[in-house]
Amino acid sequence: MPFYEAFRLAIQTIRAQKLKSSFSLLGVFVGVSSLIASCSIANGVDRYMTEKFAQTLYGVNTFQLRRQPMFVPNVPDSVWRAWRRRPRIRFSDADAITKGLTVPVITAWQSSDQVTVTFANKEARDIELTAASERYFDIKNLDIVIGRPFTGEENRSGVPVAVLGDAVSKRLFADRPPLGRSVRIGGVPYRVIGVVAHQGSLMGFPLDRFVVVPALSPAQNLVNPPGILDAFLVKAHSDLEMREAMSQAEGIMRSRRHLRPKQDNNFVLDTSEGIQRFWAGISNILNTVIPGIVVVSLVIGGIVIMNIMLMAVAERTREIGLRKSLGARRRDVLRQFLAESTAIAAVGAVLGIIAGIGLTLLINKLSPLPASVSPTSVVFGALMGAGVGIVFGVYPATRAARLDPIAALRQE
Amino acid sequence: MSTVQLFRTGDTPLPDVIILTHKLTREYDMGSELVRALRGVSVQIQKNEYVAVMGPSGSGKSTLMNLIGCLDTPTSGEYWLNGQKVSDLADDELARIRNKEIGFVFQTFNLLPRADALHNVELPLIYAGLSARNRRERAAHALQRVGLGDRMDHKPNELSGGQRQRVAIARALVNEPSILLADEPTGNLDSTTSSEIMDVFRELHHQGQTVVMVTHEQDIAAHAARVITLRDGLVATDQARAA
Repeated sequence: MPFYEAFRLAIQTIRAQKLKSSFSLLGVFVGVSSLIASCSIANGVDRYMTEKFAQTLYGVNTFQLRRQPMFVPNVPDSVWRAWRRRPRIRFSDADAITKGLTVPVITAWQSSDQVTVTFANKEARDIELTAASERYFDIKNLDIVIGRPFTGEENRSGVPVAVLGDAVSKRLFADRPPLGRSVRIGGVPYRVIGVVAHQGSLMGFPLDRFVVVPALSPAQNLVNPPGILDAFLVKAHSDLEMREAMSQAEGIMRSRRHLRPKQDNNFVLDTSEGIQRFWAGISNILNTVIPGIVVVSLVIGGIVIMNIMLMAVAERTREIGLRKSLGARRRDVLRQFLAESTAIAAVGAVLGIIAGIGLTLLINKLSPLPASVSPTSVVFGALMGAGVGIVFGVYPATRAARLDPIAALRQE
Repeated sequence: MSTVQLFRTGDTPLPDVIILTHKLTREYDMGSELVRALRGVSVQIQKNEYVAVMGPSGSGKSTLMNLIGCLDTPTSGEYWLNGQKVSDLADDELARIRNKEIGFVFQTFNLLPRADALHNVELPLIYAGLSARNRRERAAHALQRVGLGDRMDHKPNELSGGQRQRVAIARALVNEPSILLADEPTGNLDSTTSSEIMDVFRELHHQGQTVVMVTHEQDIAAHAARVITLRDGLVATDQARAA
């Protein structure tokens, strides 16, 4: 009996026993769909982290001069305390670098803290107040939909004007036009001159709860002591130029701080690389743990199939005896049952792939997790599904093939 | 009855002899005791004979039937089927012999309940490796031979007992086997239907088919031209009946 006959027979049997078959393919179905869904989440987060997350936090081709890295997972206390003892970044450091760089760049000052912003009797709490210079909007790719950003002139003279994040504007003004109105930050009235486009959230963190004001405006006192910056942002045109600018900035800072050649930097030039390296670590763990879980569920699915096939062999002993008496060889019977278990698993895998992709789209729609279907997981799922059918089908099929036709025919 | 060859070990049967058993024995080791189901059965059946095998239960007729049907192998002795010595063949070769040389008709019909008549009849041809179209043609032809040309798409549960047995006969014939081997073919049928089936057998016999039928019913055995009776694992009587 050729293989395609065996498969045709298998499909007929499966269709004749819909309920039983659907139970037996459940295991593989769940295994494959969860494989695809979880890999898709990992894959989506992966892409998000490398593409959007890093850009949102740091900006493209941008580095930040800071006292310590912005994103620091699992740092020992001693390191942390050493960082806290470092000198802070000063306005004068930023000026020196701006003057010293030979690479074309745009730069911005940045200092941030959480504040409460009020308008009339309305209040927006836990708003990230950023005191920044005017190019901050360009470096961070902030898209202003209403009004305008503040100018270099306004920044230098410390005019109390504010650009609001979308959430802040909605919270304070609802549907009223925000431009020209005065919000209070730290008791000082700020005139609203612009609103930034809605950005949504990043891994569940809201991105629209912020206010940007000129670095030299009165709010500077709320975020940092006079003359001190959280970060100095430098954006180059390309990765190569960014690296060149980084090494120049490093030299400038080292000489300003009088560091001897053997002394370590007491500042950092922070890029998105750090966070990406951190994410790659998580991603590696996910990519080993998820397949592990899935393999376990597929093994369970396989055992279910094996049981159902053993039941089928027992139930159909007479049929096997008959087929043997009509000339079926051992390998014909083996193929028949192997084809059946493989077909069940394959149908389960196909349905699992469809459900997995559906689940991925659903997660994408309904949750903050950015899932995107990982093609490898689809291939892997299909192979695993069919493999489970073959591996766990072998034992029942062998039992069927070995049946003695006389005894099998006699069975009631 | 025609001449019977005096067969000795090492001989080859004459061309017209379809079935030849020589001192065939079959023993079962039941643990505590050795059951000797056959104790040296030598029979010869020629082309186009119609033979009934009779005997009380425990006489060894089922064992002989299984051996003739190549479902089992003897403990000792020789079995020649259609000029080929099959008593020492391996499993898969026996399967091939069953497929090509033997058409089984069972007491309980043994049809696949989910398959229609045509598909049931096709079964042996699948294992013979025929193409789907070829199979369908030959299966349809076999069904027409047993008078079920208009019932091809009926499932077994949509057919009467007699019709089911006729489907089984069509399945047995579809590979044009050397022998039609029937095991109590009327055991599950009432007397009218039984005689219907016997008519089918007689007709097939007239067309040249060799028929071997195991039965314990005297009046069914009476349809055969020759009756072999077994007792205690040996041939007790072997008589040709006047036609």
